[in-house]
Amino acid sequence: MRMSDFVVRDSIVVPLTATGKEGVIREMVEGLRAAGQFKNADVEDIIRAILKRELLGSTGIGRGVAIPHTKHPGVDKLVGTIAVSPGGVAFDSLDGEPVFVFVLLISPQDRPGDHLRALENVSRSLRNDHFVGELRQAKTRERVLQLLDGADEGWPG
Amino acid sequence: MSGEPLTKTVVITNPRGLHLRPATKFAQVAMGFQSNVQVVRQGEAFDGKSPLAMVSMFAPEGTELTIEVTGPDAREALDALVAVLEAPPPPEDEE
Repeated sequence: MRMSDFVVRDSIVVPLTATGKEGVIREMVEGLRAAGQFKNADVEDIIRAILKRELLGSTGIGRGVAIPHTKHPGVDKLVGTIAVSPGGVAFDSLDGEPVFVFVLLISPQDRPGDHLRALENVSRSLRNDHFVGELRQAKTRERVLQLLDGADEGWPG
Repeated sequence: MSGEPLTKTVVITNPRGLHLRPATKFAQVAMGFQSNVQVVRQGEAFDGKSPLAMVSMFAPEGTELTIEVTGPDAREALDALVAVLEAPPPPEDEE
């Protein structure tokens, strides 16, 4: 599985305008909806599910990145999107630092293997400081896509 | 140096595998100890104190992971970390 397999290109949000946790999640879910990934009627329920998951422990796993996610019956395959906040957002991260790069994942109900594969793939890419640094500088959706393609090809740090 | 690592192999029993919450919990517990912590999955070693590294492991149900701990509080660290991996999934995992 490659990031470009599940990141919906037309849904990428660069730059985020939201400055808080709920706003970021709302903007990203809205990006996926606008790209036609689920019904309008599912938007609020998906946002609620992602926020509920955050209450169990922040998905801001340090080093300026977060991976908010949920399972939801409104999708029939795993979909994801990426967003960049140039100024950073307080996200209750494990290291207490703001988050600049967000990767949001929505999986179908009974596909834990796909979710783990996506987490593996996303976090391996996010371990690359060069990749994260370039993402943080990205000003356009096209630049993010270019970086994703580079990460999928396993470019050296 | 600190000598040979203490090790223990654990099999993941959570039907959802080592997903983000248990993986980051493991790293947080590991960070509470002085010892060096590595987790080996099929010959690949991951830094047990890095949430990002732990999340990148891909360990579905049935995966064998070997925890290797080296340092002054290795025994306590190993016991605590084995407990994290062997803990039954919380009820919210089924939602």
